[in-house]
Amino acid sequence: MTADTVVAGRPSPGVGTAKKKDKKESGLLRYLVVRFLLIIPTIFILVTMVFILMRTTGDPITAALGGRLSADQLAERVAAAGYDRPLFVQYLEYLGNIIRGDFGTTISDNRAVSQVLLTYGAATLELAFYALIVAFIVGIPLGMIAAYYRDKGQDASLRVMAILFYATPVFFAGLLMKLIFSVWLGWLPTNGRASTRSDLLLQALPDKVGIYVIDALRLGNPQVIGDVLVHAILPAITLGLLTAGIFLRLVRANVIGTLSLDYVESARSRGVSEFRLVRKHAYRPALIPIITVIGLQIALLLGGAVLTETTFEWKGLGFQLVQYLQARDFVAVQGIVILLAIIVAITNFVVDIIAALIDPRVRY
Amino acid sequence: MARTIGNRKLSLWDRLPLISHFRQSVGWQRGMLTGGLVITGIFLVTAALAPWLAPFGFAQLRDANGLFGSQVPPNSKHIWGTTVGGYDVFSRVIWGTQTAVSVIVVAVLLSIFAGVLLGLVSGYFGGWLDRIMVVVADAIYAFPSLLLAIVMSIVISGGQSSLWGGILAAAISITVVFIPQYFRVIRAETVRMKSEAFVESAKVIGASNARIMFRHVLRNSMRTLPLIFTLNASEAILTLAGLGFLGFGIEPTAAAEWGYDLNKALSDVTSGIWWTSLFPGAAIVFVVLGITLVGESLNELGDPRLRGRKSVEAASGAMTETSVIQTVTAPAHSGDPAIEIDGNQGWSDR
Repeated sequence: MTADTVVAGRPSPGVGTAKKKDKKESGLLRYLVVRFLLIIPTIFILVTMVFILMRTTGDPITAALGGRLSADQLAERVAAAGYDRPLFVQYLEYLGNIIRGDFGTTISDNRAVSQVLLTYGAATLELAFYALIVAFIVGIPLGMIAAYYRDKGQDASLRVMAILFYATPVFFAGLLMKLIFSVWLGWLPTNGRASTRSDLLLQALPDKVGIYVIDALRLGNPQVIGDVLVHAILPAITLGLLTAGIFLRLVRANVIGTLSLDYVESARSRGVSEFRLVRKHAYRPALIPIITVIGLQIALLLGGAVLTETTFEWKGLGFQLVQYLQARDFVAVQGIVILLAIIVAITNFVVDIIAALIDPRVRY
Repeated sequence: MARTIGNRKLSLWDRLPLISHFRQSVGWQRGMLTGGLVITGIFLVTAALAPWLAPFGFAQLRDANGLFGSQVPPNSKHIWGTTVGGYDVFSRVIWGTQTAVSVIVVAVLLSIFAGVLLGLVSGYFGGWLDRIMVVVADAIYAFPSLLLAIVMSIVISGGQSSLWGGILAAAISITVVFIPQYFRVIRAETVRMKSEAFVESAKVIGASNARIMFRHVLRNSMRTLPLIFTLNASEAILTLAGLGFLGFGIEPTAAAEWGYDLNKALSDVTSGIWWTSLFPGAAIVFVVLGITLVGESLNELGDPRLRGRKSVEAASGAMTETSVIQTVTAPAHSGDPAIEIDGNQGWSDR
């Protein structure tokens, strides 16, 4: 963590610093490098923090097997796993292992954590992707409508709706939808990523990706494809609406902001209709801050995924995390938490880069 | 920035955060603010009167006529039915308000205290300490808050908790999530304030660092706090419920917690039992909706670009960014002729 990586600070969304460099391409390159160097201390801090916090409760083996083994057996296993060495040595070893992609072995079911992460990460990725699609489809048009009808009844009701989306805990939204669409109406399945039959077919597939839609497409069985998609509807909507509310608010605020910019005023004075102003003129620049915000939403989305997966028994990282938490398997918990943190840091990096490519004001 | 319109000093009443905001509001904005205040009021009153409103205790399983029974549908005795564990749903929802209020109060007070102090010190002194603290705060801020809360509750209570220990564990877990937010806001304000003329002049007359920090800088950096407070209060409820839903909640015998009840209701839903999940869930939505409506209104009223059009142009001089939700920098569109109202002075620096 050298000083010059830190000086750059956090690129603030939307408004760039006043310092304008005329060196065009090198400015971008420098920004990329600085921004990339910045995620290293971020990940390092997160790993350190999680490690220290998790170990303040004692070693993972005692936590998992405390009541079940005798003191002698326990001490033997602790020593075998190396948890009796000084904490600092263990920490350095853990850091080294993570760099090599080794997150340890779970205590409850004795699997490599990295393998668990790969298997279940695909499911979470799939869910998050669907949810983002729902959020875009719902949030952006509604936000534009709200901006168009600013301060009128439509605007107010849309905004209350956005707040409702945010105010409803994902698991409650999930429970309600399950109750209505699965139990009462019987339209959609209640749980899981696929029915047992399709699940077996998908598992039998050689070199499977883990993302069920892709696997189902490769399988080429239309029934399985349909089954997988039908199972995804409720979880995707549940998680998507949470983010949609945030997108709606953001699009509205930004479109209102751009609607009063000079070039929009000049278009208005040329007689361009108000609808066209929103649709064509004000909407695009309003999307730039949204790209930046998506980066921050990834954290919320992953947190929401943990809850959504538990609600719908969607066997992803979040669902697995809760299972391991209940088994008090802290090696696995630590691995999953650290992986999610790394994903968030990298996503933020990628999003910042995209924002810089689109909007030159972000670079400096 | 220190731009005072006229010499009138507003009475304390008019300068109180919510009152001044209410007086500025017009139309739908006033409606949303009023709605939010009413809901929040109902929530607080319910929490205060819980012992008298709830027909049964939150951990009560039986009365003179024997056990309540499990999953009893709503009837005249249990108007919202009973849970799978045999508790009265209505009573637990009512008692749940107390848990929610205590967690909000403890969490927000702790995080304001820690966040404000750290932000002030970091922003005022700057240097390497500031840089490290900013990087750490950013790292925590980017971390999924629910995961951080889970890790914290493992640390504090080993994952299981009882009575006040549970409330405290939940509150501290939430606090850790919130500190970076207060830290960032207060630090940014402090850095901005530090270069103001009145801070320089305080230095010139030899005021101590502590005095400048608390007397000159802090008092001028506080104006966004009511807004963050409301946003965080609603997030605190959601995080508490999330922790409860994942099984990190407060034991049912210790206190009533809505997230825990929803966790237990998860399997009920599949068999079509709706009352065990609908009511605690609706309670969460209702309370978060109320507090968020207040927060949203405060944010908009503090931001001249988003405030209702009638009052937009009144005092649009040099304005600082007060909106927590960042928007594209743009001058306000003035649709209607400006109508000057007193409230506009409420947030210009004095």
